[in-house]
Amino acid sequence: MKIAVCVKYVPDAAADRSFSADHTTDRVGSIGILSELDEYAVEEALKIREAGDAEVIVLTMGPDGAETALKKALQMGADRAVHVSDPGLHGADAPATSLVLANAISRLEVDLVLCGMASTDAIMGVVPAMIAERLGLPQVTLAAELTVDGGAVRIRRDGEDAVEEIEASLPAVVSVTDQINEPRYPSFKGIMAAKKKTVETWSLSDLDVVPDQVGLGAAWSAVTEVTRRPPRSKGTVVTDDGTGAAQLADFLAANRFV
Amino acid sequence: MAEILVLVDHLDGAVRKFTTEMLTLARRAGEPSAVFVGSGYDAAAETLAQFGAAKVYVADAPDLSEYLVTPKVELLASLIARTQPAAVLVPSTLEAKEIAARLAIRTGSGLITDAIDVSAELGTQQSAFAGSYVVDAKVTTGTPIIAVKANAVTPETAPSTPAVEAVAVDLPDSAKQARVVSRSPRKQTGRPDLSEASVVVSGGRGVGGPEGFRVVEELADALGGAVGASRAAVDSGWYPHASQVGQTGKTVSPQLYVAAGISGAIQHRAGMQTSKTIIAINKDGEAPIFEMADFGVVGDLHQVLPALVAEINRRKG
Ligand SMILES: Cc1cc2nc3c(=O)[nH]c(=O)nc-3n(C[C@H](O)[C@H](O)[C@H](O)COP(=O)(O)OP(=O)(O)OC[C@H]3O[C@@H](n4cnc5c(N)ncnc54)[C@H](O)[C@@H]3O)c2cc1C
Repeated sequence: MKIAVCVKYVPDAAADRSFSADHTTDRVGSIGILSELDEYAVEEALKIREAGDAEVIVLTMGPDGAETALKKALQMGADRAVHVSDPGLHGADAPATSLVLANAISRLEVDLVLCGMASTDAIMGVVPAMIAERLGLPQVTLAAELTVDGGAVRIRRDGEDAVEEIEASLPAVVSVTDQINEPRYPSFKGIMAAKKKTVETWSLSDLDVVPDQVGLGAAWSAVTEVTRRPPRSKGTVVTDDGTGAAQLADFLAANRFV
Repeated sequence: MAEILVLVDHLDGAVRKFTTEMLTLARRAGEPSAVFVGSGYDAAAETLAQFGAAKVYVADAPDLSEYLVTPKVELLASLIARTQPAAVLVPSTLEAKEIAARLAIRTGSGLITDAIDVSAELGTQQSAFAGSYVVDAKVTTGTPIIAVKANAVTPETAPSTPAVEAVAVDLPDSAKQARVVSRSPRKQTGRPDLSEASVVVSGGRGVGGPEGFRVVEELADALGGAVGASRAAVDSGWYPHASQVGQTGKTVSPQLYVAAGISGAIQHRAGMQTSKTIIAINKDGEAPIFEMADFGVVGDLHQVLPALVAEINRRKG
């Protein structure tokens, strides 16, 4: 079986994140990492490979530094990596991203596409569904548990109102939540092995995409303004000396919550 | 006036407050048409009329519930083609965002998720980077598809007598590829829904165990609120995942958020940062949650919470 894992290179949430002058995410002034939520998808792919026989290919679309994200996935144990990189991609929105990834997935001819539930920077959580729509594949998203059996996938997910089990035949697009597993840390052996693995770089022309279809100018929505919110001002902090609850109750009453 | 499609969020006809908020926002920009999918329309009719739906499209067929997402995509896509609406509003839940995602690709339309405001001109506002930025945006291509967060606006009534039209949904084979094989409804707690509650009381690792959540629940009940939990508490198995607040749980924006025994990690803050008033109870005076609290008590939650519940009940008389 061939598995593609879509991963994203994002600014580290633990550092200060900001926007550039053109309102796109500032990727220069920040430390970039493999989106933590994609580690769960990489881990799940590795578990499938360990249980049977599979090739795990990590795929990303992103700026120059994005190999950092791919390297981490290779160190965890992925077999090979593909980086779609093109100057024409700057400012790509979710529909454009899904177009590029869908074309890359078609070219890879995989049986299973695994994604994280959302990126940790934009947190839209829409790209897996968009890829499924573009490829005409079943969409089995937000898996808290995944079984791949023969030609089918079955997941359990925590839906809004119910716990649901969903089934689809392969090929399919599956996204996983952070409930599904505990991603491994790269081992020393994994780090050494990753040095020998290749990262292929594909451009838009390799994927039959023209820059006019993607990039900031081609986006289907536009950011008109970004404003930094003033930090929440620190309020009153009291140390409980036995009257903490009463003081809290006074605060709640003064603000009409009681 | 321009028609705006509003996808109704409901459970067997019990319309969530969410929907009344979307109807209120839609009225700014045009005339809302509610799109009701599933059974129980009779129970929903009154609320939809009360909040100004000019039209209601009702799609109810037994096989629709066998599939996730796709029936609603097919229906909305056909309604877009037929009615040429000015916009489509859906709730910014995980499921509806996926409906919006497919619909965007299907119809070649721009999509904005997690909107916290929608203007008469269909401009939107979103929070970014764990609430530290506000982003103004606008869809520039196709039919604007906007996923709106709960508590974006105070719902306002505008009684109407909607024209009701039953619509059929044709499910092509491509929409039937993923099937729901079982569904176990979640136990109802009797408390308000976490995403739309005006008061949320959350417990974290500091609660210490499943029994510790009893006092968190008691405070929530005294304040008429919902109960939330940090991922540390959920991962420990102390409280259900459905109650998790944060980046990979629910985003809440209540009038009052109480964080008890929660340190205030960035992933937790991402889910509650836009709450109006924040209260923190933590025994560590250095915990980051105090940086954002309007009122904080440095102390043991096992002492402070029971005393607070008693004090509130005493004041209520
Ligand atoms: C990809 C990813 C996604 C994540 N998503 C989420 C998410 O959606 N939601 C989320 O919450 N977290 C999320 N996290 C986890 C997050 O990083 C933190 O680990 C988590 O929020 C910590 O939970 P906590 O505050 O309850 O626990 P801790 O950080 O351990 O804090 C416990 C606090 O309780 C206090 N305390 C202990 N005993 C008492 C007492 N008796 N009385 C009062 N105070 C006491 C301590 O001083 C401490 O500050 C995510 C992490 C990752 C990597």
